[in-house]
Amino acid sequence: MGKISNQQVIQSLTLKFGDRISVPNEPFGLLTLETSVDHIIEVLRFLKEDKELKFNYLTDITGIHFPEQELSIGVIYHLHSLSNNVRVRVKVFLDGSTPNIPTATTLWEGANWMERETFDFFGIIFDGHPNLIRILNVDDMTVFPMRREHPLEDPNRVDKKDYFFGR
Amino acid sequence: MMNHPIFTDNDPQKETITLNLGPTHPATHGVFQNILEMDGERIVSGVSTIGYIHRAFEKIAEHRPFYQITPLTDRMNYCSSPINNMGWHMTVEKLLGIETPKRVDYLRVIVMELARISDHLICNGILGVDTGAFTGFLYLMEEREHIYEIYEEICGARLTTNIGRIGGFERDFNDIAFAKIKNFLVKFPPILKEFEVLFNRNRIFIERTSGVAPVDPETALNYSWSGPILRATGVDYDVRVNEPYSSYQDFDFDIPVGTSGDVYDRYIVRNEEMWQSLRIIEQALQKIEKEPKGVFHANVPEFYLPPKEEVYNNMEALIYHFKIVMGEIDTPKTEVYHAVEGGNGELGFYLVNDGGRSPYRLHFRRPSFINYQMYAPMSAGMLLSDAIINMSSLNVIAGELDA
Repeated sequence: MGKISNQQVIQSLTLKFGDRISVPNEPFGLLTLETSVDHIIEVLRFLKEDKELKFNYLTDITGIHFPEQELSIGVIYHLHSLSNNVRVRVKVFLDGSTPNIPTATTLWEGANWMERETFDFFGIIFDGHPNLIRILNVDDMTVFPMRREHPLEDPNRVDKKDYFFGR
Repeated sequence: MMNHPIFTDNDPQKETITLNLGPTHPATHGVFQNILEMDGERIVSGVSTIGYIHRAFEKIAEHRPFYQITPLTDRMNYCSSPINNMGWHMTVEKLLGIETPKRVDYLRVIVMELARISDHLICNGILGVDTGAFTGFLYLMEEREHIYEIYEEICGARLTTNIGRIGGFERDFNDIAFAKIKNFLVKFPPILKEFEVLFNRNRIFIERTSGVAPVDPETALNYSWSGPILRATGVDYDVRVNEPYSSYQDFDFDIPVGTSGDVYDRYIVRNEEMWQSLRIIEQALQKIEKEPKGVFHANVPEFYLPPKEEVYNNMEALIYHFKIVMGEIDTPKTEVYHAVEGGNGELGFYLVNDGGRSPYRLHFRRPSFINYQMYAPMSAGMLLSDAIINMSSLNVIAGELDA
């Protein structure tokens, strides 16, 4: 385990942000917290630049889509404090009709392609990103393929429907 | 990077040449396209185009049960598929709370370290070819063949291995496999030594690689680099040590680091990692001797497919077989991130599960994708021939880049 405990991370975050971060949980020991789109950059900047926490390594940015939720589009950041050997996961949920979030390229250069990939697959607009264009899919694609409404296979196929498996 | 000087070919102001490096250039070893603006031999700016072999693995994974996702992971970094396979198995085991026996962990370590050796062999061999020395590559490729023969003995496949199962291995290593591993441990070190003698202090090789594309640790961390190329800059981050998985904490090995992060340092770090991998495999073989024989999977009948003869002759096995294949077993509704040290860096699996027969969302943190984004910016101002060997030493694998 790391040199600082998850409790210490929670403590310094609540000291700084109060109720602007949600009550965190720890699936498999990885501290997971949620914040709002207005505070995400502040939270990331604090995590990165705090003298004790030093979450200076951006492991990953990705997206997720829950069509039945009110805030349907999620952005998930994985940060890693290499010197303390602790990871943290920060989540933000956005309105599906205006999925705008400030870019993290102001903090890490490496966020550039990760955000482009997330835009490419989920249509999340990273405001202030220097070059927000598609990266893996073809340029003239009109949809965001990782959203749940896009089926993978021929929708007429019935042999893979969940109700045939008792669901 | 974004400020390509845009002049039409007839414009008298245009002083640079636009050069398409790739997507199928023999010197790039894979499907990579870089549109370069050249001033003579020097690169002014570049733009990378990727996605030529994108196969939508994350979307496919949302529609496949866990055990059918293993073959997808093969096709990411196909130079070290076993590491991808094991990383995925361990992610699912973490989700389901499966404890694997020590012997399984050690068997996995052997396979993963063999894969790491074969990955680094490719990279350093190709680096030799790109700097003008074909000999080293030919010497090493024979050894990769021997590693593939070991895979073949264990799982039947060579390149895209689909090795192991959730909970352990599909079958125990046979005696031939152990004999081949031991033989490899005897035969390989002199050849690696010979390779080092050819390259390490070779004047031509040093002049071609030393001081080419140096990267300082701050920049490397800022770009989220990981793996040997990050360690070549002097940052001692290795997932095997920071967050030991598969009982890596039981082994005694060193993490080599470089100082300047240039192509030569990356080469040295990879070579040294191969020696460390050999050390780990030797230790693993000794440790396996002390473990009970014949244990090759965890005792989790609800997740581990039973042998076919039992399915036909045994009621419980038939039930479990049906439930596993039909995805009838409840899984926890939670999320898990698991990382392993792949050939190129931190290979992460972020799995969000809703209790269904397939993941709700699966994201691969692919080191090649993240490492490669610095390539175009760092190429600016470089000679074209240096940019080529810089790409070889990043060891970007197209399958992992595009997933």
